[in-house]
Amino acid sequence: MNIVEGLIKGDRRALARAISLVENEDSSKNEILKGVYTHTGKAYIIGFTGSPGSGKSSLVDKLVSVIRREGLTVGIVAIDPTSPFTGGAILGDRIRMQEHTEDKDVFIRSMGTRGSLGGLSRATKDAVQLLDAFGKDIVIIETVGVGQSEVDVVKNADTTVVVLTPASGDSVQTIKAGIMEIANIFVVNKSDLPNADRTRTEINLMLDLDNKKKEWRPPIISTISLTSEGIEELWEELKKHRQFLEEGDRLAAIRRERVKREIVDYMEHIIKSRLWEKISGTTLFEKTIEKISQRDLDPISGAEKVLERVNLDNHEFPE
Amino acid sequence: MSKERKIRVLVAKPGLDGHDRGAKVVARALRDAGMEVVYTGLHQTPEQVVEAAIQEDVDVLGLSILSGAHMTLFPRVKELLEENNAGDILLIGGGIIPEEDMEELKEKGYAQALFTPGIPTDEIVEWIRNAMESKTSSA
Amino acid sequence: MFKEDKLNEIKKERQRWEEETLPKFKNRDAKFVTVSSKPIKPLYTPEDIENLDYQEDLSFPAEYPYTRGVQGNMYRGRLWTMRQFAGFGTAKQTNERYKYLLKHGQTGLSVAFDMPTIMGYDSDHPRSVGEVGRCGVAIDSLADMEVLFDGIPLEKVTTSMTINAPAAILWCMYIATAEKQGVPSTQIGGTIQNDILKEYIAQKSWIFPPKPSMRLITDIFKYACEHVPRWNTVSISGYHIREAGSTAAQELAFTLADGFAYVEAGMNAGLDVDQFAPRLSFFFNAHIDFFEEIAKYRAARRIWARKMKEKYGAKDPRSLLMRFHTQTAGCSLTAQQPENNIVRTAFEALSAVLGGTQSLHTNSMDEVLALPSEKAVRIALRTQQLIAHETGVPNTIDPLAGSYFVEALTDELEREAEEYFRRVDELGGVLEAIDQGFFQYEIADAAYRYQKEIEENERIIVGVNDFVIEEPLEVELLKIDPETEREQARHLKELRENRDNEKVQKLLAEMQEAAKGEDNLIPYILEAVKAYATEGEIIGAFKEVFGEYKEQPIF
Repeated sequence: MNIVEGLIKGDRRALARAISLVENEDSSKNEILKGVYTHTGKAYIIGFTGSPGSGKSSLVDKLVSVIRREGLTVGIVAIDPTSPFTGGAILGDRIRMQEHTEDKDVFIRSMGTRGSLGGLSRATKDAVQLLDAFGKDIVIIETVGVGQSEVDVVKNADTTVVVLTPASGDSVQTIKAGIMEIANIFVVNKSDLPNADRTRTEINLMLDLDNKKKEWRPPIISTISLTSEGIEELWEELKKHRQFLEEGDRLAAIRRERVKREIVDYMEHIIKSRLWEKISGTTLFEKTIEKISQRDLDPISGAEKVLERVNLDNHEFPE
Repeated sequence: MSKERKIRVLVAKPGLDGHDRGAKVVARALRDAGMEVVYTGLHQTPEQVVEAAIQEDVDVLGLSILSGAHMTLFPRVKELLEENNAGDILLIGGGIIPEEDMEELKEKGYAQALFTPGIPTDEIVEWIRNAMESKTSSA
Repeated sequence: MFKEDKLNEIKKERQRWEEETLPKFKNRDAKFVTVSSKPIKPLYTPEDIENLDYQEDLSFPAEYPYTRGVQGNMYRGRLWTMRQFAGFGTAKQTNERYKYLLKHGQTGLSVAFDMPTIMGYDSDHPRSVGEVGRCGVAIDSLADMEVLFDGIPLEKVTTSMTINAPAAILWCMYIATAEKQGVPSTQIGGTIQNDILKEYIAQKSWIFPPKPSMRLITDIFKYACEHVPRWNTVSISGYHIREAGSTAAQELAFTLADGFAYVEAGMNAGLDVDQFAPRLSFFFNAHIDFFEEIAKYRAARRIWARKMKEKYGAKDPRSLLMRFHTQTAGCSLTAQQPENNIVRTAFEALSAVLGGTQSLHTNSMDEVLALPSEKAVRIALRTQQLIAHETGVPNTIDPLAGSYFVEALTDELEREAEEYFRRVDELGGVLEAIDQGFFQYEIADAAYRYQKEIEENERIIVGVNDFVIEEPLEVELLKIDPETEREQARHLKELRENRDNEKVQKLLAEMQEAAKGEDNLIPYILEAVKAYATEGEIIGAFKEVFGEYKEQPIF
């Protein structure tokens, strides 16, 4: 049985292996992704982001309990940072997701951020597709931090939850504007701590400022992951947002946009690798580099010159 | 176009003891050697450990046991790996394990390698790298 | 301590010596740091203790700030209690070991429980498989506790029980056992470790989240005040913090921070500080760095006394003086050439005695390999007896006081601890610092640094990274019969068949109700225990109300 067949038939090992192969950019990656694509599109995708220490993993753990009570199956992609110095990573999100480690209908996969920004976003998207094709009803992406890469990662989600805590130094102003704008739902976790009200107020103020006649105003939910307080409410709000998106063609439009981004991405990727294949090691390319280094030529003109000689319009794009 | 393949290791603490100093030192050393280390947290059942190893598609599963339950836990984990068609995952371990028990565990194939307290973490890194090399070259 | 002109003269001379004499002697290639990586100077002089005030900083034994010791005549009055931690297999097997130890001159008992007991699972629980009776004795119900102390008069011995998350339950079993022997609870004495904070920080044997755990502890404080006045209700433990890889300063600081957290919890629960503080005791690690350890104990006594008096307003001298138990460092022992561990343990034990410990456990040489054998346990006990009776060390009190080096180190450790207290306060207190992983990260970092130092040969561990020999292991090891597990399971089955199950269910339900409110839970637990409810059943009932704790992912 090949890996795609196994995955579609519900073999967990095949799914796990497939995620590794696409994450590692293995030569079989494209075949796998092509093979599963027609089986995707059924899962609902939720993204969780927020500063480190905001308790996202525990929150996801508790949320999964609520989701499981409705009989829905869940896939989780949990992302932790890779050390830029050693390339290694300690992936510890499972520690906080103990309640479901024996539940065969919950599949948790830890991923390191590894190399490039774009790479992580792509790997996450691929992993989500595989979990979708595997048949998970809900797929959750949990990412650490509040940088650009997180914004890119959660762009793969249908609904994005931003988790904040009232703890000092975590006030709304310190969170990058980009991350606040992608939120469909805000969670103030550890809301039993002092200053929880202030955090809510700050979020509200920010939402008031940014009222460009939006049809969906992100709700703010207070939770305490330790006692599961507010988790049911979070799930209800998630469902509401899903309903909102499914009304009319909002969700379809979002997903169409995503497909567009995806295909552009692939095209860029393909062109890049073809271009690289053609120019790398050629004397033309090496000489141009040399000229630019000697300040005999500027890089812009250099790029134009090299591209003039490379025919990207040849038979590789017949139609 | 295959990139350099990352070695993935699951560091697991099955059983009830909470002595995780060794597990954490090893996890850090493996990370510093460029590996991806998934840590399960404490107090895991063999079922939880094996399920995690499968979902995370790890190459190596390392058990840290200091409670004396090694003669029960290693065979059980190995058995569950086989049952789940994951017998190819390398099973290694460390902790307070008397030498004759170590011999027995290795002889019966319940563990590929066992490391005693005090062993340099480099040796564990080295062992994993060598084992992975011979695994991929024979595959 | 010194006149200013004299000090100036010493300073000048020291500088001269450093320039003229010292450079003539070449250092060998080594790092001169403690086991905690603290740099040590080549020489200490009166300059290093110029601010030391004898009365204020040292004073006299049994007098504030107790730096020199808590008893007026120290070991001239009574030697430290030689308390060897023991327990394995069934209650019956351990009972025999206790009788053996008492016969060989041990003066107090110390119970090691197996992991299922420590984690609140009965022996027949699926999670207990392979662990019953391994690291200690398996106790499931009052029936086992009765066997454990069969023939041992509980009004005569004191018993220390290493139990934390389920401490209230095991304590109730002990009280009930004494009662059955006809000994009222007011006459029994001993210690329960009952230090949940260090579980979250280092040892990781937790069950419930911090808040309900702290409530159980203050319930114990209150109950003990009235009914078990001779009991040490918590043994605030640095031992495990150190074993997890901390430095000496971290052990000192985190342990005392925990101690202050318990004091605050007791006071917040409405108790007067002098009502419960005299029953707080401590438990430290005796690691291998001789002088650093001695300084640590001395600093600990001084900090505790000062804070209790100045910050918490304690008036009873017994609230100010810190009594502590010491155990030699398990983590300093090596699997290689295990006989060397006898020597390590001896030095460590000596530091504890010189540091003024009230009781001492010496590790057995084979502990790093398996449960200790009888011979190894005897040698460990003999090590203490040797120190007590042959070395002459106990003849005088705090013999290292006034050493430029030891006093300077004592000061330095106190300062480092104060700095940690400040950081913990900034984070919002001990519970908040635990929640943020502060202690856990500090310890993990120190542990990793230490390991790296060994691997890079910056630190020599004899027999491990130098002086290595190839040798077959010839240590006699104690093995636990797998029959223990089956036997315990059989006992449990019989117990559940023969007790009044209806009564057990009713008492457990009442206890759960009480857990939801604010009643003291000890009387409820005691009733359930007396009806032979098992530990697992009681813990299970509490879990439904309190929930379970999850660890912080800190590396």
